[in-house]
Amino acid sequence: MGAALQPLSDVPLRLAPPLTLALFLLPVLAGLAGTLLPAFGYLPALGGMHLSLQPWRDLFAWPGLVSALRLTVTSGLLATAIALTLALALAAAAQHSRLLRRAQSALPFLLAPPHAAMAIGFAFLVAPSGWLARLVSPALTGWAQPPDWLILQDPLGLALTCGLVLKEAPYLLLMVLAGLNQIDAERQLIVARSLGYGRLQAWLKVILPQLYPQIRLPVYAVLAFALSVVDVAIILGPGAPPPLGPQILTWASDPDLSRSFTASAAAMLQLGIVLLAIALLRGLEGLASVLGRRRIGDGNRGVLLDLTIPLWRGLAGGIALIAALALLALMLWSCAAAWPWPAALPQRWSLRTWLAQAVALADPLGSTLLIGGLATGAALCLALACLEHEARHGVRPTQRALWLLYLPLLVPQTAFLFGLQVLLVRLGLDGGLLAVTWSHMTFVLPYLFLALADPWRHFDPRLAQTAASLGAGPWRRFLRIKLPLLLRPLLFAAAIGFAVSVGQYLPTLFAGAGRIATLTTEAVTLSGGSNRRILAVFALAQAALPLLGFALALGLPALIHRRRAAMRMPA
Amino acid sequence: MLRRHLPLVLAAAALAAAALAAIAGPAAAQNAEIQNSDWDAVLRAARGQTVYFNAWGGDDRTNAFIRWAGEQTEMRYGVAIRHVKLRDTAEAVARVVAEKAAGKTEDGSVDLIWINGPNLLAMKQQKLLYGPVTQRLPNFRLVDVQGKPATVIDFTLPVDGMAAPWAMAQIVFIYDAARVKEPPRSMAAMLDWAKAHPGRLTHPVVSNFLGATFLKQALYELTPDPAILQQPASDANFAAATAPLWAWYEALKPNLWRGGRQFPANGPAERQLMNDGEIDIMLSFNPNEASGAIADGTLPPSVRSYVLKRGTIGNASFVAIPFNAAHKEGAMVVANFLLSPEAQARMQDPDILGALTVLDLDGLAPADARRFAALPRGAATLSNAELGRPLLEPHPSWMTRIAAEWERRYSR
Repeated sequence: MGAALQPLSDVPLRLAPPLTLALFLLPVLAGLAGTLLPAFGYLPALGGMHLSLQPWRDLFAWPGLVSALRLTVTSGLLATAIALTLALALAAAAQHSRLLRRAQSALPFLLAPPHAAMAIGFAFLVAPSGWLARLVSPALTGWAQPPDWLILQDPLGLALTCGLVLKEAPYLLLMVLAGLNQIDAERQLIVARSLGYGRLQAWLKVILPQLYPQIRLPVYAVLAFALSVVDVAIILGPGAPPPLGPQILTWASDPDLSRSFTASAAAMLQLGIVLLAIALLRGLEGLASVLGRRRIGDGNRGVLLDLTIPLWRGLAGGIALIAALALLALMLWSCAAAWPWPAALPQRWSLRTWLAQAVALADPLGSTLLIGGLATGAALCLALACLEHEARHGVRPTQRALWLLYLPLLVPQTAFLFGLQVLLVRLGLDGGLLAVTWSHMTFVLPYLFLALADPWRHFDPRLAQTAASLGAGPWRRFLRIKLPLLLRPLLFAAAIGFAVSVGQYLPTLFAGAGRIATLTTEAVTLSGGSNRRILAVFALAQAALPLLGFALALGLPALIHRRRAAMRMPA
Repeated sequence: MLRRHLPLVLAAAALAAAALAAIAGPAAAQNAEIQNSDWDAVLRAARGQTVYFNAWGGDDRTNAFIRWAGEQTEMRYGVAIRHVKLRDTAEAVARVVAEKAAGKTEDGSVDLIWINGPNLLAMKQQKLLYGPVTQRLPNFRLVDVQGKPATVIDFTLPVDGMAAPWAMAQIVFIYDAARVKEPPRSMAAMLDWAKAHPGRLTHPVVSNFLGATFLKQALYELTPDPAILQQPASDANFAAATAPLWAWYEALKPNLWRGGRQFPANGPAERQLMNDGEIDIMLSFNPNEASGAIADGTLPPSVRSYVLKRGTIGNASFVAIPFNAAHKEGAMVVANFLLSPEAQARMQDPDILGALTVLDLDGLAPADARRFAALPRGAATLSNAELGRPLLEPHPSWMTRIAAEWERRYSR
């Protein structure tokens, strides 16, 4: 970069990276410490004055521990493996086809609904008395009564696994597609195909080894999430005993405060499981690369492998279909007046539930919007400042900085939110808007930054140089050239950040001291039972907000740039 | 039969007497004038406050009733209600305990809790409640403390004015008359019925109060001497008293819905199963639930209520104010409003909530009494005679121990 581009002084920007790191790492690190100490018996406020192993003894004395661990580990590993396989297989099987482009445009609709809403819709769909069973009963099945099958909340956690896959597969596919943009995939595939390699084999041998490093951290984040999820586990997981995540929540809110120590020990155990699983995956990666390197050069064209392409396409289509049906089931229930078994559709329709719940919706809707808006706005400012700092000084964050950025996504929420709550109580901040917004921002920032970083770094520096040579200063270049050109990815990143905020359950619960109700906390509270129509209304409202965000992100640039033909297409 | 129940009757009489003594003492000492001026001061201080009412949020009819109460108190007294919807009442207790531990002795985040049983006992024992308050509430005078001793004695323990009652509850069983001809009217018959109809009966998960109450109800019938339930459970008496219960449950469990490997999370979830046709019999703490659910389409019109031959457990719901509540006056205004004839009549309306009133209907002004007389009785609601006098709740320790023992035996 030329000297003309170096601003004489921009102290605020220079401060941006350390400030950002401090703002979103402080809660994580302080929270971790605040959970680690009670795990070993130290929490003076609750009478724990000395370090001891009693919390661990209590934890291991819990009769449900073995089942809970098995459930947590199997559902977490299985969900990650299936989601990753599906995302990779679809990208490989649908390489530069119309299907992939269609999948790409459908992704926001799958990504937008928060986990809880999707899980509730999924439950409505596949329960023994759910929509799928109603569609084929009694005509095809002969069931006069719903079958007594253990489909939801099954002890093996299969429903929980499926619910996680529904949300994680689209997320990983998004990451895969973003990763593919980083490498010159298409032309390399043409080279491999011209040497006679089958489609899938070419992808596996040429693209995957380059792609995987790009998606490694997102995969770890999915793994950590699946191993420590709470809201989806409450909705789809078994209750007696539950997976570790919900059990930690139960202990943390037990009136017998000695249970808080058990909760902390369990949260540390969960952190250990996540770290172990990541280490295991890392080991598998090493193994795969050693074995794979031998296979790559063996000349096997693997043409027969391509016969499985319809299977992978079908599976991916199936996931999208299930997700769509789950949301549709929510819509039907929210407008159903009477819908007894085994009617395939509601017998009577009414908007009564929506009208009756309008008042109840207003408060949580307002807080969800406010917190989501504030957290996204703050994260956007920080991310922009960091990226501008990078661009103006020609620095690139190291791999280590990237790990730091992912830290809140790799540490189980349970492992630091309890400690964070203790800290917030101490500071007198618990239950306030500031605390909840801050804790949301911790999760919004990584997703938002990652979505924004690529387009920002790929911005053609010559455009800024041209503007600079015409005499525009750094801020003028930023405001008049860069922002308008990058408006589309900027709004898209904001929509992702907003969706992340809307979906937060545990942070809202812990930092909000239960006093701040969002659509997500209300939906999870209602999911325990309650009227299916009302639950559907809340889940739909919860899903609608992020969808609206994505719609705005896609529609606004077109509206703003309607007079600029060249900017109507994605940058 | 009477011989068998004699200890129980005696215990009930003793408790009622204790209740009267508990009420009469402070009440007589109170001068009505002082009370009035005290209440005016409370009303003045309450104006403008927002009461964080921590109440179980799993039932939408209850949620709607609380919302209505908030609109009313806001309009009449300038007191707004923010319903903090809990998944379990223990969450609110834990929050107050944690605040006390952190030294937060004022400006706490919980103003009012819907509470009874083990949670109320825990808060009372740990001195986490503000009060006594009931004698300061003008409408408490309308409560039927003699006819409904559960309003002042909760789970065998005197409330001592530390919590205000607001609703009576009694276990009823609900069955679908279209599918079940003659429902089982005892726990022994329940087992036979379940064996004959495997998978068509369930109870809420035992960590939920309704699930634990199902087991307590069975314990009442199966334990050799029910009078022992009025004393605290201990290591000495628990095993012997509950042995028949576990033998019965061991035989029942494989015949429950989903083979007894899964349970609905709470009452409304159980009701949803009933409506989906997955089960034929459910239990409820609200004698009006069946009629109300028929009215709003959440149960088929063919459901009916019934109680067991030897009676069912009844109790009262209370509201209590934590010692560090930020808005104590507002909370008292809400507690008092919940006891007003208007709120109580609305609460008992089967189309609204259908919970039974705590008031003494004979002591009400004629206009207020007419509110109750005008209430419809749904086809699926039992008359007071059919309901019978409720059995007294066992000491809270039985519930705690039964839930723990169930988890030890079956949750692994």
